[in-house]
Amino acid sequence: MTRRIEWVHAWLLLLPAMVFLFTFTHLPAVRTIIDSFFSTARGRRKSVFVGLENYQQLIDDPTFWKVLANNLWFALGTIPTSIAIALVMALWVNEKLAGRSFIRMAYFTPTVLPLIAVANIWLFFYTPGFGLFDQIATGLFDTGQHNFLGNPDTALAAVMVVTVWKEAGFFMIFYLAALQTIPPSLLEAARVEGAGRWTIFWRVVFPLLMPTTLFVSVNAVINSFRLVDHLFILTGGGPNNASSLLLFYIYETAFRFWDTAYAATLTVVLLVMLSLLAIGQFFLFDRKVHYK
Amino acid sequence: MSTPDGKSISLSGITKSWGDPPAVDHVDLEIAAGQFTALLGPSGCGKSTTLRIIAGLEFPDSGTVTIGGEDVTALPPAKRNIAMVFQSYALFPHLSVAENITFGLRTRRVPVGERGERLKRAADLLELTPYLDRKPSQLSGGQQQRVALGRAIIAERPVCLMDEPLSNLDARLRHEMRSEIRALQQKLGFTMVYVTHDQVEAITMADQVALMNKGHVEQAASPREIYDRPATVFAARFIGTPPMNLIPIQAFGEKAGTLASQNYLIGIRPEVMHLDADGPLKATVVEAEFLGSETLVTCEAVNSRFVVSASGGTEVGRGESVGIGFKQSDMHLFDGDKGARCDGELSAVAAALCG
Ligand SMILES: Nc1ncnc2c1ncn2[C@@H]1O[C@H](COP(=O)(O)OP(=O)(O)OP(=O)(O)O)[C@@H](O)[C@H]1O
Ligand SMILES: [Mg+2]
Repeated sequence: MTRRIEWVHAWLLLLPAMVFLFTFTHLPAVRTIIDSFFSTARGRRKSVFVGLENYQQLIDDPTFWKVLANNLWFALGTIPTSIAIALVMALWVNEKLAGRSFIRMAYFTPTVLPLIAVANIWLFFYTPGFGLFDQIATGLFDTGQHNFLGNPDTALAAVMVVTVWKEAGFFMIFYLAALQTIPPSLLEAARVEGAGRWTIFWRVVFPLLMPTTLFVSVNAVINSFRLVDHLFILTGGGPNNASSLLLFYIYETAFRFWDTAYAATLTVVLLVMLSLLAIGQFFLFDRKVHYK
Repeated sequence: MSTPDGKSISLSGITKSWGDPPAVDHVDLEIAAGQFTALLGPSGCGKSTTLRIIAGLEFPDSGTVTIGGEDVTALPPAKRNIAMVFQSYALFPHLSVAENITFGLRTRRVPVGERGERLKRAADLLELTPYLDRKPSQLSGGQQQRVALGRAIIAERPVCLMDEPLSNLDARLRHEMRSEIRALQQKLGFTMVYVTHDQVEAITMADQVALMNKGHVEQAASPREIYDRPATVFAARFIGTPPMNLIPIQAFGEKAGTLASQNYLIGIRPEVMHLDADGPLKATVVEAEFLGSETLVTCEAVNSRFVVSASGGTEVGRGESVGIGFKQSDMHLFDGDKGARCDGELSAVAAALCG
């Protein structure tokens, strides 16, 4: 009898969280999968079951492949860079140096600012002619004007720079927290045993940071598909989709072209990819990660 | 295993402070090669700081450290040719036992073959062979302790430093490891500096005990010497269970005579005192604690309390008046103001009190 009541209590306690999880995560996900097998309702034409037709359209869609490739480059360009920069910054601000808390705060600022605001600032930096970068370039080398965001060759790279700048400070906080859990006596023991800074980093600190690296890289991967706010300000996915990413393309398809069925299909692809990546990462890292 | 014979260590005028009062205050200490020296003292007296200064993990504000005659004051730990065992063992949690033990050999680029041989010898010596592939978290406290010892001895360094290596172990294991560490040190012949706040550990293991208090060395001598001739009031109070009684000379009443104007403390160990109606010291029993083989009798004479360790069968009641006897040769005399031992006046005082 008391067991029964405990069960009821447990479910009651879970209920609020479950309601939200179901209505805003699971239900939409399932809905999306179902929608991807139907056509988009237009005017008087009702939505009908079309089987895999949307998926066929997806395979034949050059823009889809273009944004997928962009996203791949975006991920490859931003994830390792932002993680490496985060780690270096964390190691640096973990040392005893003057103005340490100020520097920590400065590094963390990009994370606190909304990405839209950040993008606006960077828009000024990138402005051809009188933006910060052109001012510096012209002042030093007299190279003339650059339209970083308007040039299909540089647009994606310019967007990646903003992302790295935004993400590195966030990841740094996790590394900093992890560094502070490493007992100082471990580093002292390594020093007594003749290890230099380099050896200590690679043989002691870095392996002990592995759980954090795993956590951060899973986040970085998800963010590389998720963070598209700045595209709206900086490039709008252009020129000619040169800087468009998968999620941005989904947004455009759904809310600009109102092709919701096709957008649902694209979303299913995104979901599947993200799940596979997350699972894969856990298996890959799991053998190398030491959990305390 | 062969070790280059231990090297001597000498500290002179070492001071280190992070504020007031200094953590280590003008410490001078000589440690002979191959000797086992225990740094003993209450919590916060600067033992760990002194050890870390020898290791090079902390640099003194002033003073010099020499190891084997060479001035190493400014050298980093890696260049001092020392091994160290930390209180928390400081084992690398992500490395196996074998990798932990050979960590130093690897950083010093000892060839793989030699590494394996040395590992085998160290593991045999410490009975760690079955555990070489485990991670430290899969070992018991005692086994972790041995891994830390293994990492320290495999390098065959002439000096080994240990900071309270047994404090995380239970009493039985501590007892076992105590003799194991001592045996290891004697077998391998390195110089050992061993920090502890446990006087039994210091007295049973060490050749020399450096008794520290508030950042300075009160007395550095053999355990026997510290027990037999404590140099200061602090040393007298710290060593021995129960510690030496320090009785103000006024407690002897009329016997003290003119000496009563001086602030003398008479030191007598409880175990050499006995109840004797004709004894020179008259007191009242405050409490008698029966411990089987002995009875600890707490007495009071003129507002000062002291303990007498009487034979087990002694029967005394609370409030009873007793006399206490002891041999003149068992008396110690201290200057109550300076805390120093005064051997010069001892015979005169002893004659006055016991005569
Ligand atoms: N890194 C440090 N920063 C500031 N003060 C310190 C530091 N290390 C030690 N101290 C101070 O120096 C004094 C001596 O410390 P130490 O660790 O040497 O004591 P200890 O004898 O080893 O004590 P315990 O038996 O508790 O380990 C203490 O008052 C301590 O607060
Ligand atoms: Mg200590």
